[in-house]
Amino acid sequence: MRLLSRIRWLPVYLGAFMVFLYFPILLLPLFSFNTGVVAAFPLKGFTTRWYVQLFDNQVMLGAAWNSLMVGLAVSITSTVLAICAARAITRYKFPGQKPATGLIMAPLFLPEIIVAVSMLLVLLQIGIQLSLLTVILGQIVFCLPYSMSVLIAGFEGFDRSLEEASLDLGETAMGTFRRVTLPVVAPAILSSLLVSFTISLDEFLLAFFLSGTETTLPVYIWGQLRFAAKLPEVLALGSLMMTASVILLTVAEIVRRRAEKRVMARGGPNA
Amino acid sequence: MPDVKPMIEIRNVSRHFGTFRALDQINLDVAAGEFFSLLGPSGCGKTTLLRMLAGLDTPTSGTISIDGADCTEVRANQRPTNMVFQSYAIFPHLNVAENVAYGLKRMRLGRVEEARRVDEALEMVRLPGFGARKGNELSGGQRQRVALARALVMRPKVLLLDEPLSALDKKLREEMQTELRTLQQSVGITFVLVTHDQYEALALSDRIAVMFGGQIAQVASPMEIYQRPTTRKVADFLGGMNFLRGRIAAEAGAALTVETERFGTATLTKPPGFTASGGRATVGIRPERLRVLWDGERAEHELTGRIANRAYFGETTSLSVAIDGLEAPLSIVETNTFGADELNIGAEVRLAFDPEALVLMADPDAR
Repeated sequence: MRLLSRIRWLPVYLGAFMVFLYFPILLLPLFSFNTGVVAAFPLKGFTTRWYVQLFDNQVMLGAAWNSLMVGLAVSITSTVLAICAARAITRYKFPGQKPATGLIMAPLFLPEIIVAVSMLLVLLQIGIQLSLLTVILGQIVFCLPYSMSVLIAGFEGFDRSLEEASLDLGETAMGTFRRVTLPVVAPAILSSLLVSFTISLDEFLLAFFLSGTETTLPVYIWGQLRFAAKLPEVLALGSLMMTASVILLTVAEIVRRRAEKRVMARGGPNA
Repeated sequence: MPDVKPMIEIRNVSRHFGTFRALDQINLDVAAGEFFSLLGPSGCGKTTLLRMLAGLDTPTSGTISIDGADCTEVRANQRPTNMVFQSYAIFPHLNVAENVAYGLKRMRLGRVEEARRVDEALEMVRLPGFGARKGNELSGGQRQRVALARALVMRPKVLLLDEPLSALDKKLREEMQTELRTLQQSVGITFVLVTHDQYEALALSDRIAVMFGGQIAQVASPMEIYQRPTTRKVADFLGGMNFLRGRIAAEAGAALTVETERFGTATLTKPPGFTASGGRATVGIRPERLRVLWDGERAEHELTGRIANRAYFGETTSLSVAIDGLEAPLSIVETNTFGADELNIGAEVRLAFDPEALVLMADPDAR
């Protein structure tokens, strides 16, 4: 009993947490280089065959390309929309401000499957063909609240007199937005692009319900899981996606910190 | 003021926010090349008025002309004015030179001319060679100079300054005051300064407008506004004042013969807006216009009292002297040349005053 009470439980908990969270993810690349088709120990041998096969798979490449395009379209559109909304909300007082904000943020709390099914019903009723475009539209609605939270935080730290100073120095409203507002909130914009891109990249439900003949990667992966022989390929794909997102996030964070450091003077955000 | 067309003409300008009157029927002229201050407590409308001159706010009614041209409806980016903001508003993503060049970029001066003007402006505010610095590498005083250079480089007809020294510590503030005054005289641009610091306004300005509750209470030179305040409120805002009760004995035009308790009878000028209520009047005398008499020294007008309180300020001592027959003790400021710092509470002192220093003030709140 004395021994038990001497154990420090916090590190034990932390250890268990880390193993549960990251061990499966580490297994992914491990099995992707395994010769055997079944993902199980003991490992049989090292091979890069699955990766070679993957890059010969035209359907997979198509799905990856689709994901990239959808991700770019969604992140850019939702960020642009969120810039406008966040600026309006942080800058002006207008009737219906609170309800409007609430409605934009609502998809954050609504069960995604309900949103997906309702959208599908409406689109079918109107008679719109399901395609990547409908996936993009659905995901924009879904990503907007995330972009908004990031950008509202960015705009709230923004000193209004910076824009007034720009106007006072002869710049137009548009020019002020381009020369002062955008560069100063650049870190927040970058975060918003990144967050919505990563959300879009692994979003499954909307992509599954709203896509037509062409699919995105998560939907493709889900489809492949039905075939046991395809599993190693999926593992290889998963490993690649993971590596890509780690690299992307690292680069983006470095860029963001640099931009933030530049702007961190008094008079900038967090002034 | 010279008899030429004023640089700024403000006519019947009001600004209402809902039912709140931030500015109420303001009329004001500022001469070309003048250093003009808008002085008042926070919420008196001085900043609103300044922002209207900049074009960052529009009057609800009334007109504003700058250099003879009506610019009530002209946008901020089209006006011949530039502003130094209270927060300085240094663009954090640009360095010092880029900040100063910000407004020049639209003029398309060419790289050489632009660089020359930036250098010239930085020279003017004594920041030569600071061009490559980032905004966050500057001290408060330096940021203030950059904001000044950024506005002056545009060669505005009017430079607007919104509490430019309030963020600086005392020593730096006094240094910048002198510099600001010198700079204004060398560039010859009309300066309009907003401040709540009466010493700043007195030290810098050619003329001061004191504002309360959206209205101008008095416009005058620093000396006149300090020595001849027309209302009790203005007198109070500009520094210490001993308020006394007087009784009007005779009236002849603008001259009133007032009998002031313990200070005797004096002929005083009636300030504009003055109305005597039941023959009573409010009279005042500044603390430094009262003087302690030492040893056998005599004066034509003397008062005797006891020291009720004292505060030591290094170069001066502030004394509070109770006089028989006066409701409140008189406050006096004495330099410590003759030993005012050695007077003890309870000691008897004789005070000298000059009836010329008494002022008659309008006091709408008097009983």
